[in-house]
Amino acid sequence: MYTQALNTAETDDRGLEDAARAAQFQARIDAEERIEPNDWMPAAYRKTLTRQISQHAHSEIVGMLPEGNWITRAPTLRRKAALLAKVQDECGHGLYLYAAAETLGTSREELVDAMLAGKAKYSSIFNYPTLTWADIGTIGWLVDGAAIMNQIPLCRCSYGPYARAMIRVCKEESFHQRQGYEIMLTLCRGSEEQKAMARDALNRWWWPVLMMFGPPDAASQHSDTSTKWKIKRFSNDELRQKFVDATVPQAQYLGLTIPDPAMTQDADGHWRYSEIDWTEFKQVLAGNGPCNRDRLAARRKAHEEGAWVREAAASYAAKRAQRQIAQAAE
Amino acid sequence: MATPNTPLWEVFIRSRNGLAHKHVGSLHASDATMALQAARDIYTRRGEGLSIWVVPSTAITASDPADKGMMFEPAESKIYRHPTFYEVPEEVGHM
Repeated sequence: MYTQALNTAETDDRGLEDAARAAQFQARIDAEERIEPNDWMPAAYRKTLTRQISQHAHSEIVGMLPEGNWITRAPTLRRKAALLAKVQDECGHGLYLYAAAETLGTSREELVDAMLAGKAKYSSIFNYPTLTWADIGTIGWLVDGAAIMNQIPLCRCSYGPYARAMIRVCKEESFHQRQGYEIMLTLCRGSEEQKAMARDALNRWWWPVLMMFGPPDAASQHSDTSTKWKIKRFSNDELRQKFVDATVPQAQYLGLTIPDPAMTQDADGHWRYSEIDWTEFKQVLAGNGPCNRDRLAARRKAHEEGAWVREAAASYAAKRAQRQIAQAAE
Repeated sequence: MATPNTPLWEVFIRSRNGLAHKHVGSLHASDATMALQAARDIYTRRGEGLSIWVVPSTAITASDPADKGMMFEPAESKIYRHPTFYEVPEEVGHM
């Protein structure tokens, strides 16, 4: 409902010159008011949010691929049903988020095309492969765990539609993390081979998961304005630290060792982790991760192979609409 | 011919009998039947509802936020429309 009546781009550009309106907007943000789609907003706020929400949506959709890889090979029917439900949830999350992004005035078709063309990013984490069943446990436990850390503060984001979508997503995400941890627990209580599989998965996923929170605060480009606009409530490093502190005891309970021998606990209880390899992060973002090409190719193939369905649905709807007009005229 | 963009629909769900349908979000579908099915898949995966309405987004007429003052301020200044505006002695009891 929001996209139809949006302020046009031209009015926005003129609005940008309007310092009084910008000040009024900031005052609303400072007063913790939510911004709704038809409200005036600075063009840069619209642009930042469109980029952030659509990237978030792309991540949910691309995130279906590494896990979808294991649906047919889940070890039991119970695990299979749960994984299927989880992958369906990721799809739903993608759709809530596209709908939220669209309220800012860009159509879903355009957003999806930007992703397929490789112009829009998605989370670096989904460019890593899922080699064993333990990877599915690790993704639920750590990747979804990290996503929850990041998404809970977004439930209070200044932009209403994004905050509302996040509330729904967070409610559903907690099942994802628990099912992942349960898989890990089963493996860690199992045979030597199963334990080895769990250790191997943790070793491979730990550092990429820490990178999910984004570059360190000192190097982050978008944080200042995002914080001022209350899109972002905590810095990358703050969220990363919260995640590490929450995760270390969970790993200890599993009997697994975090692959960071230099990790120590401070007197104040925080776990200090070693320096993250940011060159790897940059490489993955630049398209050179282990699975970047695979992921995009899979998305493009699905999109192309679905073209006839979209066409058929559109012509069927057009035919029915015509028939209704004809019947009304009789 | 390029396929047109798939129309947008608003989704309303009644979570329990006795409650009103409430707006839960939007989705894309080429017709009403598909919109209902998609709404079921996207918005009721955990028993969130007993009844769904889908409405083409273009059918909704919305008030302009710029008119907020004109539209809603007159209601705010009429405090005599609220029961607490009137004084009733305590001895009278609950009214």
